[in-house]
Amino acid sequence: MELFQLSRANDVRDAIAAGAASSGAAEGAQVRFLAGGTTLLDLMKLNVERPGRVIDISRLPLNQVEATADGGVKIGATVRNADLATHPLIRERYAVLSQALLAGASAQLRNMATTGGNLLQRTRCVYFRDTTMPCNKRTPGAGCAAIDGFNRTMAILGVSDACIASNPSDMNVALAALDATIHIEGVKGSRSVPIDAFFLLPGTTPQRETVIEAGDLITHVTLPPQPEGSRSFYLKLRDRASYEFALASAAVVVKVADGRIAHARVALGGVGTKPWHSTEAEAALADAVPDAATFARAADAALAGAQPQSQNGFKIELARRCLVHALTQATRTH
Amino acid sequence: MQHTASRPDAPANQTVSDRRDSESRSTSPTPPPTMSVELSVNGKTYSLALDPRTTLLDALREHLHLTGTKKGCDHGQCGACTVHVNGRRVNACLSLAGTHEGDEITTIEGIGSLAALHPMQQSFVECDGYQCGYCTSGQIMSAVALLDEPVGPADADVREAMSGNLCRCGAYQNIVTAIQRVREKA
Repeated sequence: MELFQLSRANDVRDAIAAGAASSGAAEGAQVRFLAGGTTLLDLMKLNVERPGRVIDISRLPLNQVEATADGGVKIGATVRNADLATHPLIRERYAVLSQALLAGASAQLRNMATTGGNLLQRTRCVYFRDTTMPCNKRTPGAGCAAIDGFNRTMAILGVSDACIASNPSDMNVALAALDATIHIEGVKGSRSVPIDAFFLLPGTTPQRETVIEAGDLITHVTLPPQPEGSRSFYLKLRDRASYEFALASAAVVVKVADGRIAHARVALGGVGTKPWHSTEAEAALADAVPDAATFARAADAALAGAQPQSQNGFKIELARRCLVHALTQATRTH
Repeated sequence: MQHTASRPDAPANQTVSDRRDSESRSTSPTPPPTMSVELSVNGKTYSLALDPRTTLLDALREHLHLTGTKKGCDHGQCGACTVHVNGRRVNACLSLAGTHEGDEITTIEGIGSLAALHPMQQSFVECDGYQCGYCTSGQIMSAVALLDEPVGPADADVREAMSGNLCRCGAYQNIVTAIQRVREKA
């Protein structure tokens, strides 16, 4: 690990001013905010992250979960994953988020990891984590060792010639299905970004994963109220039963009224270069009868654009079945 | 901004002897800058002069010589380093010591003694919940924390809640039994 200066931010302004000294917030940033540390410190030990300054933001007053006037919820950036998963408001109104959080990592890591940190979680691509291997995300233009390498766990949706790394988060998949908004404070003031626009596809610039700029601090996430009578479900499929990243996962929110699907949100995890919100699946579900044929059509639509590599073609069928099962569970009448 | 780091002039630790640190200082031409950190561990307060890179795990083991907490993977993947911060279990390897001023740290040395084992320690002994013992302190620290968490009653619930602690010997069955015995008595 390279040497850095460690200091604690007293307030949000303080943190933003310190972060703004960095030339960027993407790969290679010289200043990093530290909250739970479960991603950042791990990558610093591998010399993948080498910030010269680390700003401890874990004690900023951003650790509340509150009901909002519109019937939604506001989640502070430093709320721990464990606290969010078990919060009564989340359990009652946003079951899919609670389920996704509890499907991720271990009890110890969930006690450390935060909402803002989870949004910025880095890929588990083994070549990204190994500084002796070429990686366009780590060193733009260096090449991608994964495309012709061990790519079994990599993404099949949203990939490019430069990068096929999958987004590892469970939480982000649920947030995508819940129409979350990310609230950011920065040197130019505050802004609110819908989660679909927050994450960037790798394209030719895989080093840039989100819209975050130098000095930007995620302060909170808001979730709108979900349609009355809607049900949600998170299903995660992986190589071992617990404490493992997803090969494929699905977060769904569905409302059935008068025998038809009146509202549907679908997001996939483990298969996309970003948390994969599938508007194609939602279009197939809209106003359809909630049965096996409809769910199969939705799954086909979600995976229609899949681009598998030599070892991860199995993810297409795995993700299809994952989504069909999640939709079946969310619409069960008994 | 309250600067707590990069104090090359920070006084050497006065309350805890730190042989390793002073040795490396005398042999290294340019010692890394240190920061002063006050840690509260098992009810005692320690003033340390630490390289900012020092993890909570390394501070406990290498500076306070509390070697009951083990280093396994050093990347948050095995759970051998599990300690409690303000009563909650965390991976000490993925946490910087310099971020823990004001926190109450509890290690395996703080939950029981040879003369008076914690009920969980006693149960691990009675149920033979280990083989080589390397993961055991982490397992026990996780198991003690689990008692205050919303964990269901079944063995499967315990297995899920303990999945962050790996045991390469494979003592899992007896570990679950040891934990369930303590929960039944509680």
